[in-house]
Amino acid sequence: MKTKSTRSKSDVFLLRLYVAGQTPKSMMAFANLKKICEEHLAGRYEIEVVDLLKNPTLASGDQILAIPTLVRKLPEPVRKIIGDLSNTERVLIGLDLLPRE
Amino acid sequence: MPKARGQLPKAPTGIQGLDEITGGGLPKGRPTLVCGSAGCGKTLLAMEFLVRGAIQFNEPGVFMAFEETAQDLTQNVASLGFDLKDLIARKKMVLDFVYIERSEIEETGEYDLEGLFIRLGHAIDSIGAKRVVLDTIESLFSGLPNPLILRAELRRLFRWLKAKGVSAIITGERGEGTLTRQGLEEYVSDCVIVLDHRANEQVSSRRLRVVKYRGSTHGTNEYPFLIDENGISVLPVTSLGLQQIASTGRIPSGIPRLDAMLGGAGYYRGSSILISGTAGTGKSSLAAHFAAAACRRGERALYFAFEESPSQIIRNMHSIGIDLQVWVKKGLLQFQANRPTFAGLEMHLTMMHKAINTFKPQVVIVDPLNSFVIGGNEIEVKAMLMRLVDFLKMNRITGLFTNLTSGGSALEQTDIAISSLIDTWLLLRDIEIGGERNRGLYILKSRGMAHSNQIREFLLTDNGVELRDVYVGPSGVLTGSARLAQEAQEQAAQMMHEQEVERRKLELERKRRVIEAQIAAMRAEFEAQEAETLNIIGQEHAREAHLSQERADMALSRKADAKPNQHKRGSK
Repeated sequence: MKTKSTRSKSDVFLLRLYVAGQTPKSMMAFANLKKICEEHLAGRYEIEVVDLLKNPTLASGDQILAIPTLVRKLPEPVRKIIGDLSNTERVLIGLDLLPRE
Repeated sequence: MPKARGQLPKAPTGIQGLDEITGGGLPKGRPTLVCGSAGCGKTLLAMEFLVRGAIQFNEPGVFMAFEETAQDLTQNVASLGFDLKDLIARKKMVLDFVYIERSEIEETGEYDLEGLFIRLGHAIDSIGAKRVVLDTIESLFSGLPNPLILRAELRRLFRWLKAKGVSAIITGERGEGTLTRQGLEEYVSDCVIVLDHRANEQVSSRRLRVVKYRGSTHGTNEYPFLIDENGISVLPVTSLGLQQIASTGRIPSGIPRLDAMLGGAGYYRGSSILISGTAGTGKSSLAAHFAAAACRRGERALYFAFEESPSQIIRNMHSIGIDLQVWVKKGLLQFQANRPTFAGLEMHLTMMHKAINTFKPQVVIVDPLNSFVIGGNEIEVKAMLMRLVDFLKMNRITGLFTNLTSGGSALEQTDIAISSLIDTWLLLRDIEIGGERNRGLYILKSRGMAHSNQIREFLLTDNGVELRDVYVGPSGVLTGSARLAQEAQEQAAQMMHEQEVERRKLELERKRRVIEAQIAAMRAEFEAQEAETLNIIGQEHAREAHLSQERADMALSRKADAKPNQHKRGSK
C-alpha cells in the first residue's frame, strides 16, 4: 500500500484519503482533492485512497472516525482534514499551504 | 427483586447489587446511558460490565475508549483484579482507543462517522461481541467540529447499536442542569443510570440511581455504592421487604439473670438488640458478655468497634473477667475497628456487609451506633441502620447495638431514632442516691416475649456483669451502699421480729402452764369438798338410823301398844 517515492523534505505530499464505499461524499471529496492538488501541488503529491469497507482494520491505524478523512502523512506533522473537502480554503489551511489566520 | 412477567430480556451486569436494583441487569440488546461527574466511577462500571460479561456470562465485549489509552485502562483496572490482557488474548474483549486531537483536525465540509461505525462494527464482529462500551462518546464533541452532524450521527449510532443487538453502555459527563453535557439522554432513552460522588461533612459517598428504565420496573432510590478491590458493589438493601422469617429460637445473653428477665431464655435469635445508656454504664461490657457467650457455644461473633481498638476492648473486658483473647485466637471472634470518620456511611455499611459475608457470624455487635452521627446526618444514619438491621435479619444474624445517650437528653430516645427497628431494648442508667452513682438495668421493650418490668442493679464485678434486685422504697430505688444499708436494716428488723415471735411463744406456754396448774388446784379442792360432803351424808344417815331406833326403843319402853315384838326379837 505504501508507495513512498522520495523523502525530499520540502515538497512531496503523501496524502491518504479514507472513504467508506463509493458514496457521493467520497466521490466529491476525491474530486475536490484532485482539483486542489493539481492546482497547488502539481507534480509533487501522491494520493492513496483507502476504502474502509474493504479494509476495516485500517481505521484504527490513523484513528479514523469521520468519513471522508484526508490524512497528510507527509510532510510531517500528520494532519487530518475531514469532510468532503468542498471548502478549498480550509483544505489549504489544513495542508499548511495557507497560513492559519 | 422478583422478576416480573413480560419484562425485557436483561443482560446481567454481575455487579453486586446492581442486578437487584434493575431486576436482572441492563436492557439486553439496547444502549444504556451511564452518566455522572468526573471521578464518579462511570468508566469502572462500564468496564466491570464488560469484564463480568466476558467472564461470567460468556458475552464478549468491545470497549471503545475515547479518553484513556488501552494501556492506561489496562493498568487502572488491574488493581481491581481484571486482567484485560488475558481477556484480549482469549478474544473475549477488544480494547480500542480512539484518539481525537482537535488541533490536528481541519473540517472542510460535510462528513459522517462511518469510520467509527466501521471500526466498531469490525471490533464487534471479530470476537462476536454481545456487549459494547463507548467511554466517553461526548469527547467527540470536543474533538470534532460541527455538532449538528455529530448529533445526527450519534442518533444513527445508537440505532445502529440496537440493530446490531449489542447491550451497550454509553458514558457521559454530567452537565449543568442536564444529565449529560451534550444531552445524550435524548438519544439513549432505554435506560439511564446516574452516578454521583458527593462529599458531606468531609465524608464522601458514591451513589447510584436508575433514573429511567423503559419497559422494566426498577428500584428508584439513590443507592450508595463502593469501589474497592473487587470492583463496584451497590447496596440495594432498602429494596428488601419485611419478609424475614422470624426465628423462635433463643440466644442467651451471657448473663443468666438477664436471660431470666427476658422470659427466661434470652434474646430471640436473629433479632436486633439495642443497649442504650449514658457514658460508663456498661454497654460494652454487656456486648462483650454476649460475644463471649456466643463463642462459648462455638458460634462466630463479629465485633464492629468504632471507638476503641480491639486490644483496648480485650484489656478492658479482661478486667471484668471476660477473656476475649481466647476466642480471637480460636477464630471465633473477629474485631473490625474503624473510626467512623474513616469513611462514609455507605463505605462502612459495605465494609460491614463484606466482613459479614466473609466471616459468616451468628452474632454481630456494633459498638456504638451513634458515633456515626456527625453533623446533621441522622436520617442517613437511620437509613443505613435500617439496611444493616434488614441485612442481619435476612441472614438470621443476631445484631446487638449499643447507643450512647448523651447526658441530659431523654434516656428513652436514641439519637438516630432507631427504636422502631429494635426488637429488644435494654436501658442502662445511672441511679444517683446518697452520693453514689450506681448502674441500673431494665428492659424497655422486648418484642414477642414476656419480660421482667423490674429494674435490676447492674454490677461490674471481677466475674463479669451481675444483676441484683434493687430495693424500691418510699424514697425510690435503692442501689449500692444504700441498698446494703437497707439490707442490713431489714435483716435487723427480721431478727427482731423473729425474737418477738419466740417471746410470744414462750409467753403462751407459760400461760398455758399457769392455767393448767390452776385447773389442777381447783380440781383438788373440789375432790376434797366432795369427800367431805359424802362423809357428812354418811354421818347423817347413821344419825337418822340411830334416831329411829331410839324412837322405837322409847316407844317400847313406854309400852305404847302391844305391837308384835317380832321386830325386837328379830333385831335382838
